[in-house]
Amino acid sequence: MLPDFLIRATIAGLGVALIAAPLGCFVVWRRMAYFGEATAHAALLGIALSLALELPIFGGTLLAALLMAYTVSQLSGRGLASDTLLGVSAHAGLAVGLVVASFLSGVRIDLMAYLFGDILAVSISDLYTIWIGVIFVLLLIYWRWSPMLVSTLNEELAYSNGINPKKEKLILTIALAVTVAVSIKVVGLLLISALLIIPAAAARNTSSTPETMVIITALVGIISAISGLQFSYFFNTPPGPSIVCVSITFFLLLSSKNIWKFR
Amino acid sequence: MCVVPAQILNQVTLINIKDITVKYGENIVLDKVSLDVAPGEIVTIVGPNGSGKTSLVKTIIGALEYYSGSLIIKNNLRIGYIPQRLNIDNTLPMTVQRFLNLTHRLTKDECLKALSAAGASGLLKAQMSNLSGGQFQRVLLARALQGDPEILILDEATQSLDQAGSADFYKQVESVRDKKGCAVLMISHELHVVMSASDKVICLNGHVCCSGAPEAVAIMPEYHDLFGTGTDGTLALYRHNHDHRHDDPVRSAEVSD
Repeated sequence: MLPDFLIRATIAGLGVALIAAPLGCFVVWRRMAYFGEATAHAALLGIALSLALELPIFGGTLLAALLMAYTVSQLSGRGLASDTLLGVSAHAGLAVGLVVASFLSGVRIDLMAYLFGDILAVSISDLYTIWIGVIFVLLLIYWRWSPMLVSTLNEELAYSNGINPKKEKLILTIALAVTVAVSIKVVGLLLISALLIIPAAAARNTSSTPETMVIITALVGIISAISGLQFSYFFNTPPGPSIVCVSITFFLLLSSKNIWKFR
Repeated sequence: MCVVPAQILNQVTLINIKDITVKYGENIVLDKVSLDVAPGEIVTIVGPNGSGKTSLVKTIIGALEYYSGSLIIKNNLRIGYIPQRLNIDNTLPMTVQRFLNLTHRLTKDECLKALSAAGASGLLKAQMSNLSGGQFQRVLLARALQGDPEILILDEATQSLDQAGSADFYKQVESVRDKKGCAVLMISHELHVVMSASDKVICLNGHVCCSGAPEAVAIMPEYHDLFGTGTDGTLALYRHNHDHRHDDPVRSAEVSD
């Protein structure tokens, strides 16, 4: 029989793997890898501020991630190259967050838990928060799937079919911010990007349509979460990084034929 | 079912643009441009690079906001749009069949029929990223024709094709128009296309320089100011092209006029 904390960790990991699949695919298709990173790093600032102001951490994280995602998507295309802009925002979020956190004397802040995740400490109420977020994101993506896909493919094609790609982008941004907020506990903000990108990249070469890619991504994510946690339990390794390591193994196995052709 | 806006009294037009001005910041890219497209009509917009052709199309589909003027589009106008360039990211897997299903649900049989109508049979399971330029454009056309469009909008759809390929492509478009009766609005700087297939030609250079039937436009001084006397060369090239293909005597004859 597995210990309770491991079962809770697995349920949390499954939820995050489920939403990371469609979001990760969009992040890969739209070349938004750095965007996910910036959103995740901003979350640290959110954590620090909510501790300072004694607000609920989940709310603070979500708000900071939303603000960062929205600001960056509004600023992109105005002068600076967007990878530069995102690089600035991502590291600004991280650095300012760390500095603000250091001012919080009297508040015990376990930085490692936020940076690398603390999935083994997931409580029942954390599970509720995570799964409410998961169901929200899944419904949102299911509802907007087709218009989001058309917008990703070509904005003019979207407009000519009566779809507003700006609206779809905003919805995607919101979904991404929620995903970041619920994933922090599981893999930590430094590895959220990995959770989004690696399973999707692993699934690319075995998929023929966007939908099969999302399904294979979800399978890779779920297997990575379960076996990464088992590995971590038996070999006493950090759980978040262990999950990511399993998905990297998947990536290497599934794309070994094509890896040198990757553009 | 479709309510025609009250502004259009005499004629049911699909697109009615009056004195539309579009700005990028302070830069005026379209200056009081007017344009009508009637059902079944082929309208071609020609103009040099940077003349606002693509901006005009983007304004029509709603991707660009206009500063002043009026734009009346028939209610629920069904648009079949073929973009100038459609880069499907290498990371996005997409079969031809799935692509055809993008905005309209189709059965496999309907997909096969659409492909053969567009001259792209046998590509159902192919990945979009593996298609040649000509195959890709034909698949784009096949997709644009789904949902029974009232107007096809083509934004330099043959940019990546060679002369023979684009002649084939436009012939395909023409035959679709003849079969389905949909209007066509296209941007092109291939003048031979303008001279043959269009009902109406608009010469654009920020503003409308001249417009009318292709034969009339071809002899207008504004047209020659825009394209120089080199148009003779283009026509010669066009004839040359068809001399070698022997497949469209009617069009060659029109051009010789």
